[in-house]
Amino acid sequence: MALKSGISRRGALKLGAAATALPLVHIRTAGAAGKLTIAFWDHWVPAGNDVMRKQVQAWADKNKVDVQPDFVTSNGFKNLVTIAAEAQAKQGHDIQALPGWETQNHRELLEPMDDVMKRLISQYGEPDETEQYLAKWQGHWMAVPTSSGNQNKGPCARISVLKEKAGLDVVSMYPAKDVRTDAAKDWTWEAHLKAAEACQKAGMPFAIGLGVTADSVDTAGSLFHAYGAEVVNAKGEVTVDSDPVRQVLEYAEKMVKVLPADAVSYDDASNNRALISGKAAMIWNPPSAYAVAKRDAPKIAADCWTFPAPSGPKGRFMPLGAFMWGVWKFAANKSAAKEMIEYLMQRENVEERCTAVDGYDLPPFPKMLDFPVWANVEPPKGTVFNYPMRPVHDSQHSIACSPAPPEIAVQIYNRGTLPTMFAKLRSGQSIKQTIAWAQEELEGFTR
Amino acid sequence: MADGTSVPIGVITGRRASARRANTMQRFARRRSTIAVLLALPLILLIAGLVIYPAIYAIYLSMLNKRMTSFVGLGNFAFLLKRHTFQLVIFQSCFFAVSAVILKAFIGFILAHLMHNIPSRNQRLWRGLLLVPWVIPLAMSTLGWWWLFDPSYSAFNWILNALGFQSVPWLGEAWIARICVVTVNVWFGTPFFMIMYLAALKSVPEQLYEAAAIDGAGAIQKLFFVTLPMMRNIIAITVLFSLIVTFADFDIVRILTAGGPQDTTHLFATYAFVVGIQSGDIPLGASVSLFMFPILAVAAFFVLRGVTRRSKEIAA
Repeated sequence: MALKSGISRRGALKLGAAATALPLVHIRTAGAAGKLTIAFWDHWVPAGNDVMRKQVQAWADKNKVDVQPDFVTSNGFKNLVTIAAEAQAKQGHDIQALPGWETQNHRELLEPMDDVMKRLISQYGEPDETEQYLAKWQGHWMAVPTSSGNQNKGPCARISVLKEKAGLDVVSMYPAKDVRTDAAKDWTWEAHLKAAEACQKAGMPFAIGLGVTADSVDTAGSLFHAYGAEVVNAKGEVTVDSDPVRQVLEYAEKMVKVLPADAVSYDDASNNRALISGKAAMIWNPPSAYAVAKRDAPKIAADCWTFPAPSGPKGRFMPLGAFMWGVWKFAANKSAAKEMIEYLMQRENVEERCTAVDGYDLPPFPKMLDFPVWANVEPPKGTVFNYPMRPVHDSQHSIACSPAPPEIAVQIYNRGTLPTMFAKLRSGQSIKQTIAWAQEELEGFTR
Repeated sequence: MADGTSVPIGVITGRRASARRANTMQRFARRRSTIAVLLALPLILLIAGLVIYPAIYAIYLSMLNKRMTSFVGLGNFAFLLKRHTFQLVIFQSCFFAVSAVILKAFIGFILAHLMHNIPSRNQRLWRGLLLVPWVIPLAMSTLGWWWLFDPSYSAFNWILNALGFQSVPWLGEAWIARICVVTVNVWFGTPFFMIMYLAALKSVPEQLYEAAAIDGAGAIQKLFFVTLPMMRNIIAITVLFSLIVTFADFDIVRILTAGGPQDTTHLFATYAFVVGIQSGDIPLGASVSLFMFPILAVAAFFVLRGVTRRSKEIAA
């Protein structure tokens, strides 16, 4: 008997059998292996997003995963707002790009990444202590340190200005080759102050901010570490009333006098503008300012040189602007997320992205610090050769406010307590008053 | 029964029941309050979802510890009150809101009077021009102001330098920065006062002025004994509304100074953002943002009660 629809009983049975067997002969088409959403950091250098998109698409095609990459800008802290909203709603992207302290801020909501890190470390070596401090919790990797957006924020100076006004030849001090020079040994915070004074007298100050944004905080952090000054120690005790901190403030009292008149109102773009407009002899920044100068003020770019931070009694500390990739515990596709991160952190992919952004993205793994891009960027050739930390620099990474426990350090960092201490000195307050103010602030952060 | 008029009992019962249902529905529909509630329901749901729920959730958040794992009651508020920086935020918020609202009300009042006296043909043009600051999105116009005050490229400093004066650190000195943020708020908010006052001025009956003139009243007496009493409700509502909005301002300070220098220009909203979002302490951030809520709620209650009372007096 034929059914009214025109399908015979035998035909219906065949259809049913075929439908039952469908999962067994599953054809993998685009998106067949599920969906993956990623919130990448929107790169300052536009080529950075393009190359990332290309790599993601290649992985998506190969693995038949429907990947949706979003690029969230850090302008106006939109990435922080996105992260906070997703953490609160327990819903959102599977992978999040976590800048600086965000891994520690949301560590309880992040999927441990030990398995991925174990494989990456076995291939490329272990990230340094600062990366570990930011990414590990209770011995577990809560996020994977990435190269995308990862940056050193050391000095970038005008070669001719420092040579003429301060008698400092930064190219011979840190040439574009792996050598230790005698001049580099003399590159101390005292030398930094002398050069800053000379350049300020010549109307070309060091454009170092005393605001509350990351660039100001990172430079101050490098100075604090160089003198071994901790405002809160690793145990979470407030230690701002100490001799090393007083030493830093004594130094800063002299330094703030030669900074630009508007240094206290600096944001992270102010130093870039000062360099590009030809008003500054030195800034502390990753090569994004150089990249913009190359486009908008090529003569200034051709006169720029990036090199390590000065040293102090306790060593030489390069400020690190770290980025991690984390997977939310509530992510819908954790296995694909982990696979994607591991794929993106393979050497060839990291190198391709790093080259596309003129070396801006620093790999967190030591065995990846030999890419040729840093030697090749020009003009002048080798201008960012010393941008990644090299063994001959005798330097180590610094994240301002460490070694305070991360939940306290994040508050000190984001409230800009360190540069605000300098700003207080500049406004005429004494070292004693500044320490008293900081003591009260810091006690509030340790609640 | 087969006379043709009779119907089976079951049918009668069914018709009666449907008629009763229809009557109930009609009565229900005729009740004005019911219809009003139904029509307003989408709005009520919208307000419940986007205003009441977030407000209650914010109150709940403000009573949790930093990790949001335990209830601390009013502990966050007590903690905040002891902080010097937060005391500075309270002072700056009050200074910002009060001075900006007074200036806006004063300038708006003068502008409304000037506008009222312009012949109606030209009035539309001037009204349109003066409304421009209020119409442009605040974040965008504040960026324009920021360029004027910018540390490196300040247009104001460029003019000062051209005239032989020194540059002024507009956003780098506490009091100058405070005045700058108030100035931008006044620039943005004055047109709102002007338009509200202008509407109020136009509604004052001309006969009252004529009667006052017959009684020998001068311009100042007319202002104090006719204009101001007739505008009292509008002034009260406008000031209250503006006070609430100004206390909650975020864009201007965030864009111009980000709260600096040295936290001297922070308002509740910008400080809440720094504490809650940037520093990852959402409960404390929620406490900061809710701090003025009880004070403003009480102020709103008294102002609105006064308005209602005066409206009843006028109606009587």
